[in-house]
Amino acid sequence: MDIHEYQAKEILKRFGVDVPSGALAYSPEQAAYRSRELGGDKWIVKAQVHAGGRGKAGGVKLCDSDSEILAASESMFGQKLVTHQTGPEGKGIYRVYVESAVAIDREIYLGFVLDRTSQRVMIVASAQGGMEIEEISANRPESIVRSTVEPAVGLQAFQAREIAFALDIEPALTQKMAKTLMAAYRAFRDYDATMVEINPLVITSDNRVVALDAKMTFDDNALFRHPQIAELRDKSQEDPRESNAADRGLNYVGLDGNIGCIVNGAGLAMATMDTIKLAGGEPANFLDIGGGATPERVAKAFRLVLSDKKVQAVLVNIFAGINRCDWVAEGVVQALRDNPVEVPVIVRLAGTNVEEGQKILAQSGLSIIRAGSLKEAAERSVAAWRNGGNDDNMKVAS
Amino acid sequence: MSIFLDRETKVIVQGITGKMAQFHTKDMLDYGTNVVGGVTPGKGGENVHGVPVFDTVKDAVEQTGATASLVFVPPPFAADSVMEAADAGIRYCVCITDGIPAQDMIRVKRYMMRYSREKRMVLTGPNCAGTISPGKALLGIMPGHIFLQGNVGIVGRSGTLGYEAAAQLKELGIGISTSVGIGGDPINGSSFKDVLQRFEEDDETHLITLIGEIGGPQEAEAAAFIQDHITKPVVAYVAGLTAPAGRTMGHAGAIISAFGESASEKVEILSAAGVTVASSPSEIGETVQKVLQS
Repeated sequence: MDIHEYQAKEILKRFGVDVPSGALAYSPEQAAYRSRELGGDKWIVKAQVHAGGRGKAGGVKLCDSDSEILAASESMFGQKLVTHQTGPEGKGIYRVYVESAVAIDREIYLGFVLDRTSQRVMIVASAQGGMEIEEISANRPESIVRSTVEPAVGLQAFQAREIAFALDIEPALTQKMAKTLMAAYRAFRDYDATMVEINPLVITSDNRVVALDAKMTFDDNALFRHPQIAELRDKSQEDPRESNAADRGLNYVGLDGNIGCIVNGAGLAMATMDTIKLAGGEPANFLDIGGGATPERVAKAFRLVLSDKKVQAVLVNIFAGINRCDWVAEGVVQALRDNPVEVPVIVRLAGTNVEEGQKILAQSGLSIIRAGSLKEAAERSVAAWRNGGNDDNMKVAS
Repeated sequence: MSIFLDRETKVIVQGITGKMAQFHTKDMLDYGTNVVGGVTPGKGGENVHGVPVFDTVKDAVEQTGATASLVFVPPPFAADSVMEAADAGIRYCVCITDGIPAQDMIRVKRYMMRYSREKRMVLTGPNCAGTISPGKALLGIMPGHIFLQGNVGIVGRSGTLGYEAAAQLKELGIGISTSVGIGGDPINGSSFKDVLQRFEEDDETHLITLIGEIGGPQEAEAAAFIQDHITKPVVAYVAGLTAPAGRTMGHAGAIISAFGESASEKVEILSAAGVTVASSPSEIGETVQKVLQS
C-alpha cells in the first residue's frame, strides 16, 4: 500500500528524520493560508498523488507570494496529474502540501528496499540525488552504494557511517547523516515497509540533512498489525475496479485488451493471459478468484470483469483440484442464469470430474462455448471476440 | 528415493485443528502420506482423523519421531510456527500459508541459519501448494490424482499452473518423480536453485521442469546455476508475457520492478543457459515429451 508524501514525512519525522516545515491543504485558499502560517518568503506547492515524476508533470511549483500559491494550487486541484508512473489516465489531485523552501547545497538519493537476491533489507544510496534510481543505475552505476541489513541485529552505526563516507559527506555532517539513515531504517522496520525512498535527501546551506521528498510503500500482508498505517489508504489514488475487487477478496488488475479472464490461481491466470496473446488476442484483465471457485465468487467475478465496457468475450479457466469440475460448472451456470451475459462466454474446465462438469455446461441450455485445452480455450475466445459477438448463437441467453 | 519425502517420511501438520487443515489431513492420509501427528497449542490430547494432536512441535517430534511438517497456520502466527519446527528438529517443512509479512520471512530465514548445516531445516513455501512424490507421499493441498508417478521433476511458483503442467504430462503418459512448489512470495524458504540441486542429485529424476513467472531474480539465478551445475535436461515456462511492469499479479512476488524480471527477459536468460523454453503454457507437456525423446 502506498501513502502520500506528507504522510511519509510525518512518519519519518517521528523517527528522527529532519523534514522541511510544511502543512496540508484541501483548497487553494487553505494553501495560501498555510503558507502565511508557515512564514518565510518562498514555498513549494506539491500535488499529493501516489506517483513519482511529479516535478516534470507540473505537480511541484515554487512560489514566493500568496497570489502565486493560489494560482499554483488552482492549477492542480481537481486535475489529473499524468506522470510517467501514472499511465495516461493520471491520478487525481485532491490535496496539496505547502512546504517552506530550503536552500540546497547538494542532493543525495536514499532508498530502502526488500532485496530479493539477498532476501534482506538493502540500503541503496547515491551521490546523484534528484535523478530517479533507474536513471542513476543506467548512467552512473558506479555512484551507487549498497549495504545489506543483518536481520538479527538491524542496521548498525558503522554501516551508516560507511555509507556517509562513501557518499563523501563532509566529516562535520557524518553523524547527522548516520542518524538519518538509522531513523529511516527504524521506520521501515517498525511499520513493515517494503520501500522507503528519500529522493532527494539534501544537505542544506545551513548544514542540515533534510528529506525533501519521501515515498513509503507498506507490506499489505502486515497491515493487520499497523491499523494506523492501514487508515492512510487513499482510494482516490486507486483504480476503482481494482479497489472494488480487493474489497470483495478478488485479485484484479485492469489491462487494455478485450478478452476478460476469470481464472483460479495467479500463475494459471498469467498463463491464460499469455495464451490469449499467443492466439492473437489481448487480455482485458488479470483476475485470480482463488483456490475455491465457489458459485458466489464466480458470480462476483463476472460482474467485475463485465464492468469493464471494453470486454467483448469472457474466458473462464478453472483447474479444479480439490473442488470438483461438476461443482464449478454448476457455479458458472448459476452465475450466468442469475446474471445473463451479453458477450460470448468460453469455459475451460480441467482436473477432477471434468466429464461431469462438461456435461453440466452442455445440458444447461446456455450457449456456453466449451473448450478442452488451454490452447483451444484461448483460440475460441479470440475467434468469439473477432466475431464481435455479432453471431447470436455465440451469446449466452438465459 | 525421491527428493524431500517418501512413503516412510513421518509427517506432522501444524495447525491441524483448523477446518482447511483437517480437510487436507484427510486427503493426505487417503493418499498414503504417513501423517503421525498434529500440533495446535492448547489442543494437545485431542485427535483429528485418528491423528494425535500435541501442544508443541517438540512434543510431537519426541513422541512420534516426525521429521517433516506442513504448516497451515494463519499468516500472523505462521512465521512463529515455522521457527518452532526448525527448533524442534524438523528436517523438511512446507508452509502453505499465503499472506505472511515479508519481514517475518526475513527473520525466519535468519533464524534457520542458527543451526549447523547438518541440523538445518529445509523450508519450501510459503504461499505454495506443497510437495508431492506421486505414488509415495503428498505434503500439501494438491489433488494427488493428477500426478502420474515417473521421472520428471517439477519445480514452480504457482499451484494451479503446476497442476496444469502435471495434467498435460499425465495426458502424454509422462510421470513425475517429485513436484515442489516454492511459492509466490518475494521472500521464500527455498529458491529454484536449491530445488534444482536436489533434482540433480536424485536418481529417479531424469528431466527437470521449471515453471517460473515475472518478478524477482530467482529464474535468472537458476539459469546461471543450470549452466554450471545441472547435467540433466531442463524444460521451462515463464508466466506473465502480458503482465505490465510495476503491477502485482496476484502473487506478492509477481511484480516486474527491475531489469531482467519480465517474462521475455527471463525466457532469454534461460534459453541462453541451454534450457528448452516452452513458448506457451499449453505446450509444457509436448516440450517435455520432445526433450525426453531427443
